[in-house]
Amino acid sequence: MSEVFKVVIIGSGPAGISAASRAAQLGLSHVLLEKADHLSDTIFKYQKGKHVMATPSQLVLRSDQEFDAGKREDILDKWNARTATLGVNVKYNAEVKAIKGTGEAIAGSVQKIVTRARDGSTTINELQRHAPPYAITLTNGETVLAQNVVLAIGTQGNPNLMRCPGGDLPHVTYQLDDPYAVIDQHIIVVGTGDAGIENARGLVEDPAQGNTVTILNRNPRSTNVRESFSTAKEPNAKALIEDDAAGRLTIRYEAETSAVEPGWVTLSTRDGEERIRCDRIIARIGSAPPRAFVEGCGIEFASADRLAFPTLSPQFESTAPGIFVIGALAGYPLIKHCMNQGYDVVEFINGNKDLKPADEPLLEAKFAGLPGQRSVNDWLEFLRANVAILEGMTTLQLREFMLDSQARAYAAGDVIFEKNDPGSSLFAIASGGVNVRLDPKDAAKVVAIPAGSIFGEVGLISGRKRGATVVAAHDTVCIEISRNAALKLQSQVPSARRAIERISTERQILQMFGSGLTPADIAEVVDGSKIMQVRAGEAIIKEGDDDRDIYVIRVGSMIVEKEVGGKPVFLSYLPAGSYVGEMAVIDGGLRTATVRAAIKSEVIRIDGKAFRRVLAAKPALLDSARKQMEVRRATNAFIETKKDTFSGVVDLYSEQAKFLVSQGLGEATDVLLIDERLCVGCDNCEKACADSHDGLSRLDREAGKSFAHLHVPTSCRHCEHPHCMADCPPNAIQRGPDGEVTINDTCIGCGNCQRNCPYGVIRMDKVPPKKPSLLSWLLFGAGPGPGEPSYKWSKKNTKYTGDPVVDEALDRKKAIKCDMCSGIEGGPSCVRACPTGAAIRVSPDEFLTVARLENEGA
Amino acid sequence: MASVAPPEKTGRKRTGTSRQRQSMHEGFLTHRNMFWAKLSAALALALTLLYIFVPLPGTHFGASWLGYTLGTVGALLILWLTMLGMRKRAITPGRWSLKAWTSAHVYLGLLVTVVGTLHSGFEFAWNVHTLAWALMLLVVGSGIFGIYAYATLPRALSANRYDEEGAITEKQMIEALRSLDRQIHDAAQPLDVQAATLVGQSLEQDPFGGTLWNRVTGAYPDCATHTAIAELRSLRASRQRSKDDLLGRIEAQLARKEALLERLRQHLKLKSWLQAWLYIHVPVTFALIAALSAHIVSVFFYW
Repeated sequence: MSEVFKVVIIGSGPAGISAASRAAQLGLSHVLLEKADHLSDTIFKYQKGKHVMATPSQLVLRSDQEFDAGKREDILDKWNARTATLGVNVKYNAEVKAIKGTGEAIAGSVQKIVTRARDGSTTINELQRHAPPYAITLTNGETVLAQNVVLAIGTQGNPNLMRCPGGDLPHVTYQLDDPYAVIDQHIIVVGTGDAGIENARGLVEDPAQGNTVTILNRNPRSTNVRESFSTAKEPNAKALIEDDAAGRLTIRYEAETSAVEPGWVTLSTRDGEERIRCDRIIARIGSAPPRAFVEGCGIEFASADRLAFPTLSPQFESTAPGIFVIGALAGYPLIKHCMNQGYDVVEFINGNKDLKPADEPLLEAKFAGLPGQRSVNDWLEFLRANVAILEGMTTLQLREFMLDSQARAYAAGDVIFEKNDPGSSLFAIASGGVNVRLDPKDAAKVVAIPAGSIFGEVGLISGRKRGATVVAAHDTVCIEISRNAALKLQSQVPSARRAIERISTERQILQMFGSGLTPADIAEVVDGSKIMQVRAGEAIIKEGDDDRDIYVIRVGSMIVEKEVGGKPVFLSYLPAGSYVGEMAVIDGGLRTATVRAAIKSEVIRIDGKAFRRVLAAKPALLDSARKQMEVRRATNAFIETKKDTFSGVVDLYSEQAKFLVSQGLGEATDVLLIDERLCVGCDNCEKACADSHDGLSRLDREAGKSFAHLHVPTSCRHCEHPHCMADCPPNAIQRGPDGEVTINDTCIGCGNCQRNCPYGVIRMDKVPPKKPSLLSWLLFGAGPGPGEPSYKWSKKNTKYTGDPVVDEALDRKKAIKCDMCSGIEGGPSCVRACPTGAAIRVSPDEFLTVARLENEGA
Repeated sequence: MASVAPPEKTGRKRTGTSRQRQSMHEGFLTHRNMFWAKLSAALALALTLLYIFVPLPGTHFGASWLGYTLGTVGALLILWLTMLGMRKRAITPGRWSLKAWTSAHVYLGLLVTVVGTLHSGFEFAWNVHTLAWALMLLVVGSGIFGIYAYATLPRALSANRYDEEGAITEKQMIEALRSLDRQIHDAAQPLDVQAATLVGQSLEQDPFGGTLWNRVTGAYPDCATHTAIAELRSLRASRQRSKDDLLGRIEAQLARKEALLERLRQHLKLKSWLQAWLYIHVPVTFALIAALSAHIVSVFFYW
């Protein structure tokens, strides 16, 4: 029999190539099996010139191979060259069919393989595992023997295939190397995931290519992009829809291929079958772990779910001893993770049992400032044992989670955050405890939160400023979890999600009527509460109805309206964190006003009867609730009286408030408004904006809508949950200390934020060259003067060097938006530079109040 | 004038944030509860009383201590008032507000007339000294007109931009005009020569053409669109009615164009009035500074 290799690596993607390189470097006997005739087939099949990203940026790369963000070609060239220098033993065209242990049977180690048939019945095959060495059988009949196997085959090598008749014809392909090389063809792209959209758009990018492209979407057309393109990133889907609208390509909704023949394809659509021309089909209908093969090797999966991953030890060893699974197949689709795992796993196989993961120094630094001198592993264990929401995480998940979070130590009495600070992070208390101050003036009035629990969840959920000051009660260690990490945690660990939801509901209810309630009092109420999504414009309470529920606004905002004289009159604006509907519960009677969502919102619905029982047990509480209600009642009465004397004013106020909500004030935190009774149209605001920010204005004064002399220019609203932040590849969009949403220098100019912003306030532009000083313009007329220079001037005055790298950087467009003049003393220049006082910045909860009406009417 | 929001209440302190935001506001004329207006009025009154009641020797009032003081104060004030042009364009960091500057500029500018006139001691003649005084009055006069324009025209400008959708911008007006022109051009293809010439005149006329007089009055007696509508109407009346009333349709489109032109012209008229006064205010300011320099130099020369 032939040589038994110390390690055989299957698959030469980022994970496999890194593992093989490590083995070569360590001098282990190894072979790298690749089914194609080149390395790294998945990346090889990326579209030509595709920009490959290197996220997460904070993770250190540990590999014998280099990797940095860049073009597909550059990355592949580097890997090929390095693989050759290291002398990695690569065997091409080697597709693995089966892996079997050749040693003795391992007692008690039996793999159960469950196969589910289409009719729902299941058959169970039992497979006795055998000890290494493993015999790896290739499709060409060869056998390779190995002590250890590293399985790094990813999932892309296993695309889902077309199943209609003719699906095996040669012009049906599952990839597209170079869209620009395809000319004058009728092409059908099947599947509207990111890959399909990328291919379809690439094929029509240059009209000179003359391609006729049709992309098939199984879903029906819908105004909601997320519904009709459920598997694609939203900006990609939107760009596709734009191309369709511009006539560059055609999207066929509710369409599937029913038969393929050379030159033609038959589609089954909602309106029946249709035969259209087709020279080529590109099917991008997803890929899945090749489960049958993997299970056949004796590797168990975590669950029966189609998308489940294999069960692994912290060292990536599967249930078959000596077989390791890394990379996408192990559930890590990011290249950097894969490469690090390849390195680590080979080190482990080589006997290096003490190797710390590559992120160890980063985590060490995170924990360095904390008292207790624990090691990273001890800290992780400590956190898992002490913080309730982290319980369900694996060590790997926890490590990754900690990379996005901060560990912080506070001495007793330290302020952790203050009321009205901006912040959307969540805090978890690992040890110690904190006090929440109920009264800003009285430091003695506090509610204690013990170790193991969380705080700051209101900021996380609503995106609003901090509702109260939190002070460390004892010496305390907290984990500050960024909004992104918290969202990821909630999606990864369902128990964490439930815990966060329950705590936030409980706290919001406790807060409703001030102190005097304990969690035990309201346990029943919390259990009966329900979190509900509300569409923009949908009413949760209708005037005149006879229901008894209370609603707490968790996310978004609501407006309260009352029918007066046949017209709905705007009463008030309720930001996230407010509650509504308690009047009917306390006093009975019909609903006195309608409450509807200003934007897409989330509310907690509380059963009124259960709440009534709580109040009945606490008469003092009932009194204070009644007192608070007086305020609302007074507002209602005020509107009623005003209606008679100033009906025109009330109408105007009401219409204006609705107009502002329709312009996005419902989700804004800080917005620029222009009083058109004062605006003389000098555009000094725009000029000031440009002169404060590299010569580019982030505001278009004249554009935007107006109502009753109030103009909402095209300028950032600094939304509570910014749409622009949702899909920023380099995570360049952040919220600053004053609540401003800004884009930092890591912007790659992809334009996602611009497409995502519903208010059109982000522009993509290059930074113009520096202008001569104001004095030289005033005295000698040098340069273009104040404000944004013309395109012509900046083109003429850009100092090109002739070096393509530098010139490209000079011309690179970046996303530009209002940053509220963050870091500039004196605040927003637009407001400072307005000569008449027409420009103001407001926040909706301060601006949309009935106080304006009182003043207007008086 | 009822402002959009009640005047600023006591500046609310925000913890944690590094800047204060003001959600309530007031215009430049009422800024800080008319602080600068009150200050200027008080100063004007005090200076006038001083002028009346302080006994001063000599005939040349300008050479007395009060005269010198008033002269120096007046000259420095004029220079400071001129600096508004710099302040407006130099967007430096700091807690300044151009509105506050404008407010001070307006009321201290009015005060200058009192200071300058008192400084003259009411001695006027055909010389450079009186020239400086007259130029000063001209500058302040144009400024007063500017205040009037700023206080009244923005409402009209805003009202004129309104439509059902919210508001239409200048750019959108021009685009709408172009698209109407295209529609009229396409619709007018089957017309006979006589009617086509009329329509052609409307299409060819530059909507921005016309004299300065047309611009500031908003009256365009030579408007080809207006003429075309009137002529087409009489043409249509003289012809036999047909089922397909092409002339009627074109007339309706021209009427829409005329309405839009009317709006654009009104917009341009208001905008030009908001700016026109500056073409007197600013150049005369420089003439004033020149005359002022001559006045100062000559006074010292002849002393």
